Amino acid sequence: MQDLTDAFVELIRRASTQLPADMEQALRRAKEKEEPGSAATGALDTILQNIEMSRTSFTPICQDTGTPIFEIRYPLGVSTRTLADQIRKACAMATERGYLRPNAVDGLTGKNSGDNTGVDFPTMHFHEWDEEAIEVHLLLKGGGCENVSAQYELPNPALGAGRDLEGVRRVVLDAVHRAQGLGCAPGVLGIAVGGDRGSSYIKSKQQLLRPLDDTNPEPQLAALENRLLEEGNELGIGPMGFGGKTTLLGVKIGTLHRLPASFFVSIAYMCWANRRASMRVIGEEVTYA
Amino acid sequence: MRKLTVPISEEAIRDLHVGEPVSVSGVITTGRDAAHKYMLDNFIKTGGQPPESEQEVYAALKEILRGGVIYHCGPVVQQQNGVWSFVAAGPTTSIREEPYQAAVIEHFGVRAVIGKGGMGPQTLRACRDYGAVYLHAIGGAATLIARSVKAVLTVYKMEFGVPEAFWIIRVEDFPAVVTMDSHGNSLHEQIAGQSAVKLNELIAR
Repeated sequence: MQDLTDAFVELIRRASTQLPADMEQALRRAKEKEEPGSAATGALDTILQNIEMSRTSFTPICQDTGTPIFEIRYPLGVSTRTLADQIRKACAMATERGYLRPNAVDGLTGKNSGDNTGVDFPTMHFHEWDEEAIEVHLLLKGGGCENVSAQYELPNPALGAGRDLEGVRRVVLDAVHRAQGLGCAPGVLGIAVGGDRGSSYIKSKQQLLRPLDDTNPEPQLAALENRLLEEGNELGIGPMGFGGKTTLLGVKIGTLHRLPASFFVSIAYMCWANRRASMRVIGEEVTYA
Repeated sequence: MRKLTVPISEEAIRDLHVGEPVSVSGVITTGRDAAHKYMLDNFIKTGGQPPESEQEVYAALKEILRGGVIYHCGPVVQQQNGVWSFVAAGPTTSIREEPYQAAVIEHFGVRAVIGKGGMGPQTLRACRDYGAVYLHAIGGAATLIARSVKAVLTVYKMEFGVPEAFWIIRVEDFPAVVTMDSHGNSLHEQIAGQSAVKLNELIAR
């Protein structure tokens, strides 16, 4: 099997320094909607300038390069242990080159490992599939927005939220309100309905890999995504929490089977710097998107 | 755009109001979670009598922070030929320093705290009582802000790790917005209140 370490370093560089085009377009559209001369417009202006500078100077969009989350699809016969070793090595190399900040801190001692590797760090999820290609999706999930992510259990009497999509709507709006500007609004929400506490959070983060303009194949969820996007923006929290018309840039919902006893709603808040990148390997050829 | 130069006078601070854009120039220090806990434990709880091992850092911080600026930031740095530079240096979430910030403002005579997301009532009260402001930098604008960092003068407490160390930097025209002023006003409180009203409307829909 070929050594993909350098290709993984390139994937990390792209994710850290180049914001996906759909995110940048959404930020540009948001700026047009805000009042000229407002703090919201100023914030979006600075954000857009920063995106351009980062792309041309190959420097991180945000200094918090986050938890690198790798979703890896691979064909039968590929060694996932070998891929995991190469990914960990690539994280260390990317740290040395300044694409990643040393971000892995020992849970007990507080010591920074210095190279973005550690116990279950980076995060990797392997999925075998029927295709010949290896496909890797990377999300750099910052800490500020992770801290405002939330998990609710339905029913939630305080919000009058029952075990249905209306209940989901209520708790999601509550989460957006609680987050205020702390998750670096305008943000994207990845939402999971169902699962257990662990699987639900994983699923919610995986939703963040979806392009902003895709349509949920389940019509009820597609409708709820649109409604939450509109109503989230009606809260008026605005870019950075300065007040304004744009609080959210996207809402993506997925579902999992759950136990009859449990009804979890997990909300992964992602900052405007929704840094995702992907690569596909077929034989010797590596392509990035 | 108001220009603030370190050391900043109390008069200049009292003249600032929520919503105003400012730019900061001069020598400032970064400091986040580990740094704030360290300052409280070693300098403030000891009544300004730190253990001998920490006296050099204390003397340096007293000079920098008198009329000075503390920036909540864990940068991406690079070292070439022994010289450090900032590659990416946006703000980190400030509210984690709420238990410490008021004491740090009072003890050192800090005039401005730069971060993101705003802070709570204790810090707001300290801003009013001691003449300080909270300046909101644009979260995630790391490359842009790093360009206003013209030099890294030195670094203290590197054992905390790169993000958590005190980086002493010289900045020019560092852009930010006043979101908590020295008159008891907080943009964050205002927005939280307004959006709570809207939330209740939406939930009742």
